[in-house]
Amino acid sequence: MKFPPPLAQKIAFFVLFVMTLFVVLPVLFVMFLIVKNGIGAISWEFLTAMPKQGMRAGGILPAIVGTFYLVAGAILFALPLGLFAAIYLSEYSQDTWLNRAIRLAIINIAGVPSVVFGLFGFALFVSFFKFGASILSGSLTLGIMILPVIITSSREAIDAVPGAFREVSLSLGATKLQTIRHAVLPHALPGILTGTILGIGRAAGETAPILFTVAAFYLPRLPQSIFDQAMALPYHLYVLSTQVPNVDVKIRYGTAFVLLVIVLLMNLIAITIRSHFRSKKKW
Amino acid sequence: MLKIGRFKETLVEGIIKTSGIASIFVVTLIFFFLLKEGVFLFKTVHLHDFLLGRSWYPISDPPEFGILPLIYGTLLVTAGAAVLAVPLGIGAAIYIAEVAPPKLKEILKSGIELLAAIPSVVLGFIGIVTIVPWARQFFHIPTGLTAFSGSVILAFMAMPTIVSIAEDSLHSVPKSYKEGAYALGATRWQTIYRVVIPACSSGMLAAVMLGIGRVVGETMAVMMVTGNSASLARGIFSPARTLTATIAAEMGETVQGSDHYFALFSIGIVLFLITFAINMTADFMIHRKRK
Repeated sequence: MKFPPPLAQKIAFFVLFVMTLFVVLPVLFVMFLIVKNGIGAISWEFLTAMPKQGMRAGGILPAIVGTFYLVAGAILFALPLGLFAAIYLSEYSQDTWLNRAIRLAIINIAGVPSVVFGLFGFALFVSFFKFGASILSGSLTLGIMILPVIITSSREAIDAVPGAFREVSLSLGATKLQTIRHAVLPHALPGILTGTILGIGRAAGETAPILFTVAAFYLPRLPQSIFDQAMALPYHLYVLSTQVPNVDVKIRYGTAFVLLVIVLLMNLIAITIRSHFRSKKKW
Repeated sequence: MLKIGRFKETLVEGIIKTSGIASIFVVTLIFFFLLKEGVFLFKTVHLHDFLLGRSWYPISDPPEFGILPLIYGTLLVTAGAAVLAVPLGIGAAIYIAEVAPPKLKEILKSGIELLAAIPSVVLGFIGIVTIVPWARQFFHIPTGLTAFSGSVILAFMAMPTIVSIAEDSLHSVPKSYKEGAYALGATRWQTIYRVVIPACSSGMLAAVMLGIGRVVGETMAVMMVTGNSASLARGIFSPARTLTATIAAEMGETVQGSDHYFALFSIGIVLFLITFAINMTADFMIHRKRK
């Protein structure tokens, strides 16, 4: 059977459209399911109280606070390192074998399975540096994991600043570093911010890297120092859904809701910043 | 004054250069520390028995550390996910890159970005409350915690990768190719499947490989929905256990310095090497065409 070309095109485009729906609609389904079942669990107490009765009642405050500390620590480590690396790649390095090796290294860090980061974090931070299972170990592990996100997006942002900006600054007698600081980075800021926020979202949602480096099963108090263990939202959701029997399904959905809101909010902010500045770009 | 400024400049530039090569240092460090712990297993277990041993009984006496059933579980789940994710992902990429009107295109791209952002533990949870009971009822099997459930969830984790890389490679096809086809009287669809897709086939292949790499490395969702039973010669509608889930599930129970502990690091080395090979090959294919 052979269709005339215009009809064949109509059929093909329709099939492609349906395939696209199969990819995108589940996102809405997941969000709908979690919002519908989770929003009822959200109350002031749920967000600000300690878990009670073996996590079957009470709130999820320590998990929220733990995730906040872990993400803050990861960014504190990864942002300066990643930003400097991006500056090196776009402003200093020539196209040599070293440059290529760095690029391949970044691709590989991005591809390492998350649970392998967990093993690595355990071997290096927990056991070799003797930080123990702690916020410090977990943050550093997550920080290394989000390094590629930050380097790649910062580099793209810096590369997108026109060369003329640098030439003008250099011709006015500014040093290379002053040029980067005052003529390049301010214009790359939205892109760097986007990458950082995406990194935050990624770090907040990952479970496997923190399994052996920081996550506490049940710790109904807030961490006192960076050498304390902590609960974390994604691990808490894992524990609630597979390790603790007879948990009210509302608490599970509520925890998933809080985690999803944090992660998707980060991504929405990043998408908004990006499209806002893309449309406003003057060059 | 000038001297101090000069010194500061040199210092900061030194930091920048050091940070630049930090990525290479980190990759080396990851591999070194996996190797440092994992290599001790091979004092007692032969490499051949580790890779091709047919049973994984790490806490029996004597223990057995054969990862073949785990490799089989990973292959089974990955193959199932690929069957779903590859056609859908490529189809969606073609629609988004070539067919969708600009407004819809932006919305669809954001949707795919959001799919990529959903944490794997949340997808695992959704799998437990939806696909697992559905699969049990629909296929009349004793438990829905099967390789099949894992494949479905993993397919959705692979799709964003496949779509975005395939879309990039579709965009990289020179405009003149398309204009040539239109000038010869081809329809848009004829142009897409006779000219555009063949022109970026290596990029498409790279997209598929990176999607598969994502699936092989996925941990939490797959551990939550596949039932974690390590056994060879079982089908897609039975419980399975992957390499990643084994590490995540057992690491907490091992004694540091035991053979079991070393064996989990050896699995980590295997995973690291698999994803390393996939990423290198995919990168090679993406950049081959530009020469």
